[in-house]
Amino acid sequence: MARLEATEAVRRAAGYGHAVLSWIEADGYPVSVAGSFAAAGTSVEVGPVAAELLPAHGQEVCVTFSHIRPQPGVGYDQRRYVNLWGAAEVSEGGHVRVVVERASGWDEADTPFVEYAERNVGAGLSYLSEMGARPRLSAFWRFFLATRVPFLTATLVPVGLAGAVAAYDGGFAFGWWLLALVCAVCAHLGLNIANDLADAEGSDAVNVTPTPFSGGSRVMQYGLVSKSQMLALSLGCYGVTILTGLWLAAARSWWLLVIGVIALVLSVGYSAAPLRLVHRGLGEPVVALGFGPIMAGGAYLAVTQAWSWPVVYASLPIGILIALVLYVNQIPDRIADAQAAKRTLIVRWPKDRVIQAYAIAVAVAMLLILVGPLLGITPWWTLLGLLALPLAVPVLRGMRRSYDAPFGLLGAMGYNILLHLTTGVLLIVGYLVAAVTG
Amino acid sequence: MLPPEIERLLDVALVAELTVVAAMSGRPITYPLIPLYDGQHVLMSSAVLFSRKLRHLKENPRVAVSLSDPVGVPAEPFARATILGDARVLDTEDPHSSWERLLPLWRAKEPAIDKLVKQRFGLPLFFERVVIEISPVRVLYWPGGDTARAPQVLQPAVPV
Repeated sequence: MARLEATEAVRRAAGYGHAVLSWIEADGYPVSVAGSFAAAGTSVEVGPVAAELLPAHGQEVCVTFSHIRPQPGVGYDQRRYVNLWGAAEVSEGGHVRVVVERASGWDEADTPFVEYAERNVGAGLSYLSEMGARPRLSAFWRFFLATRVPFLTATLVPVGLAGAVAAYDGGFAFGWWLLALVCAVCAHLGLNIANDLADAEGSDAVNVTPTPFSGGSRVMQYGLVSKSQMLALSLGCYGVTILTGLWLAAARSWWLLVIGVIALVLSVGYSAAPLRLVHRGLGEPVVALGFGPIMAGGAYLAVTQAWSWPVVYASLPIGILIALVLYVNQIPDRIADAQAAKRTLIVRWPKDRVIQAYAIAVAVAMLLILVGPLLGITPWWTLLGLLALPLAVPVLRGMRRSYDAPFGLLGAMGYNILLHLTTGVLLIVGYLVAAVTG
Repeated sequence: MLPPEIERLLDVALVAELTVVAAMSGRPITYPLIPLYDGQHVLMSSAVLFSRKLRHLKENPRVAVSLSDPVGVPAEPFARATILGDARVLDTEDPHSSWERLLPLWRAKEPAIDKLVKQRFGLPLFFERVVIEISPVRVLYWPGGDTARAPQVLQPAVPV
C-alpha cells in the first residue's frame, strides 16, 4: 500500500459506501465496527455506532474504507481500499471523529495488481528467506521463462523464409536448413539470456511494470534462477551456436564464418559493454539487421551454398517488423530504461514521434513487399504479405490510447508480434506457392 | 465452531477486513482479504509479497475479522459481524504448495483462481503463500447490519 496525503485520503474515502472503525481494546484484541460516515477536509466522522462499543476518547484508531465489485462466476474486481489513522474524538450519540494523521491505500485502477506485486518482490523474497524457503517453479518453466522461448518467432520467420526462398530457387536441403535453424535458435536464446544478465542490475532491477512482452524474463529478480546459472545457460547456447556455425562453415561455405562473427558481435554487443548498442539507441537497427538479412542470408547460404541478394531483400520487411516489436515493447520499459541510462529511441523521442516513426516503418516494410515483384526481385505471390497490414491498426490505436499505461499496451504489443509473424508466414507461403506453381 | 448466523456470512463473504496489531507501534492496521471457513477456523492466505501483516501477526496474534460490506458480503438477510480471535501464521509449511489445500474453499468464492494457478509461472511469488488460521474467541453480531445498536455477543462452540 502507498502512503497518502491526508486530504487526498479523505477525498478518496468520500467515494466509499461505509467505514470500518478499528481500535485496540483493553484486553489487547483489536475490535472493528462498521458504520456510515461523513468525510471532509482532513477528517472523517464515523457513526453512529453503539455506545457500548466505542474507542476511548483520544485513542488511536484506524478507519478503513474498502470496495470490491463481485463478478459472478469469476470472483471480483475493482479492488481498492484506504486506511486512515488518527486520534478518536468521541462525541454524544456514538459519533467518532478522526483528524487524519497518517493514511495509506491501494486502488488497482491507479496501480495495477501486477505493479503492486512487483513493488513488493523484495519483501517477498526476504520473508521467504527467513522461512528458509525459495520461490519454486519447475525446470521446464524456469527454462521457458529464462530463455523467453516465445520470442523465437523472431528467428523462425527469417530462417523459414530462407528455406522457402531456397525451395523457390530449387536448392532446398532440409538437413542443412535444420542445422542452420538450430544454430540461429541457440544464438537467439543466448542473446536473450545475455540481455537479461546485462539488464539484471540496471533497467530490469528498477522496472516495476514488466509485462509478458517487456521488462526481461524476471527469473533473477524473482530468485528463480541465479546469475551464475543464467551465465552458464547463455554460454551453453552460444557454445552450441559456435559449434553448429563452425560445422556449417566447414561443410557449406567459409563465408558463414564472416556472417557468424558479425552476428556474434552484434548479439553480444547488443546489451553488453563496451558496445551496449541498445543503450545508444541502436537496438532497432541491430535487431532489424540481425533478425532480417543476417539470419535469412546466412541460413540461405548454409542451405544452398550461395549468396542471394533476393533473400536479403525479402528479409528486409521482416527485419523492420521485428525491430518494431522491440520498439513497441520498449514503451512500457521507458521509465526504467531512462533510469538505467538505456537511451533507447523510445526514451529519446516524444510520444508523437514514436507513433509516427512506427507508422512510417510499417509503411516502408509493406512498400518493400509491394515493390519486390514490380522490380522482379521477389515472386508475385509474396504480395500475400500485404494481407497482414491491418494488424498494424490496433497497434497504432493501442499506442495512442495506452502509451502511459504499461498493462493497457498488452493488446498492442500482442498485435505487433502477430504483425511480424503473419507477414513472415505469408511471405514464406508466397515463396512456397511460387515454388510449386513455377 | 462459529454460530450458524456467522457461518452463513462467512460462507458468502468475498471480502473481510482483517485488523491486526502493528508490531512496532501497537496501532490497529486493517487489511481487506478474502475469508474462508473450514467449520472451525477462519482461514486466510497471504502471498509472501504482502508479508507485513504476517510479521505483525507473529508479534501479536490477536485479530479482528470484520464482515461489514453489503456488497462484498452478499448475505440475505444482510447482517454484520466482527470475529475476535487468535491467529496462527503457518509459515513452517511449504509456501509453494501447502496453501493449495484451501483451493476448494477459495474457488467457491473466486472461480478464476484455478485459471490463475495454472498461470502461476507469470507471477510466481504471488503463489508462494502462507496460511493464516484464526481461532475465534468472541463474536460481535449485528442482525440487519445496524451497528448503531449494541451487538449480540456470541461465543464459538468448543468442538467436541
